[in-house]
Amino acid sequence: MKNLDSVLAAYLAGWAIFFAYYISVSRRMNTLRDEVERLKNLLNRGK
Amino acid sequence: MLKTILGVAAVFLLIAFTAYLSFYYAPIEKSMGVIQKIFYLHLPSAFSSFVALGICFYANLRYVFTRQPKWDWLGVSAAEVGLAFISVVLITGPIWAHPVWGIWWTWDARLTLTFVLWLLYISYLLLRSMLEDPDKRALFSALFGIFAFLDVPLVYFSIRWWRTQHPQPVILGGAGSGLDPRMRISYLLVWLAFTGLMVLLLRARYKLEALRAGVDELRREAEIQ
Repeated sequence: MKNLDSVLAAYLAGWAIFFAYYISVSRRMNTLRDEVERLKNLLNRGK
Repeated sequence: MLKTILGVAAVFLLIAFTAYLSFYYAPIEKSMGVIQKIFYLHLPSAFSSFVALGICFYANLRYVFTRQPKWDWLGVSAAEVGLAFISVVLITGPIWAHPVWGIWWTWDARLTLTFVLWLLYISYLLLRSMLEDPDKRALFSALFGIFAFLDVPLVYFSIRWWRTQHPQPVILGGAGSGLDPRMRISYLLVWLAFTGLMVLLLRARYKLEALRAGVDELRREAEIQ
């Protein structure tokens, strides 16, 4: 089928963007969770 | 937690079902052939980006009038998610255009205004990253977001107001426009699935912003001690 490679490329690129964005949000979330833990420990030690 | 899992499962089942509809149920378009299948990714992404940017606009307005941080969190979350969807539109459009028009890109009104929209929301996020003070950041970005949203109706109506290389509307178009009923139902369900995906991403991003505000609060407490 003509242009099937272009269809495949478009769908791969589109889903790659959504997936990369989700990974970026998850990574930032994990970094912040670690920061919350660190700050809570710091505050508990100070009390 | 269970509600989130059910929501994610429902959206992904709908995406899988609409993928089947797009490729097997909807007929192959006569003049363009199989390349027209990009339509089921390109157009729902565009409409979902408009919904996300509409949410951003509403949140920005609410922030300006109430100064409640939750509206700022929603504004930035919707802007970022909208940007992801516009990026999909800007990547899939040229891939579709090249075999059909013989060119990857042209500076016609629809394409240019969509590119400007992408740049505006990149600027919105850059502006936020440059402002240290949380209140100033929230207010200035809300005002900029309200201005940026003015481009959305321009993008939508550009193919109705001006002659463009981009095709005329097939959804809500004038007389003589329209889609095969199987294409239309497939398109509408894909759009529903993509709107579901947009909501899932928006919720995740909003949680991130709320957590960031919590971290800032803890940092201030740690500094006082």
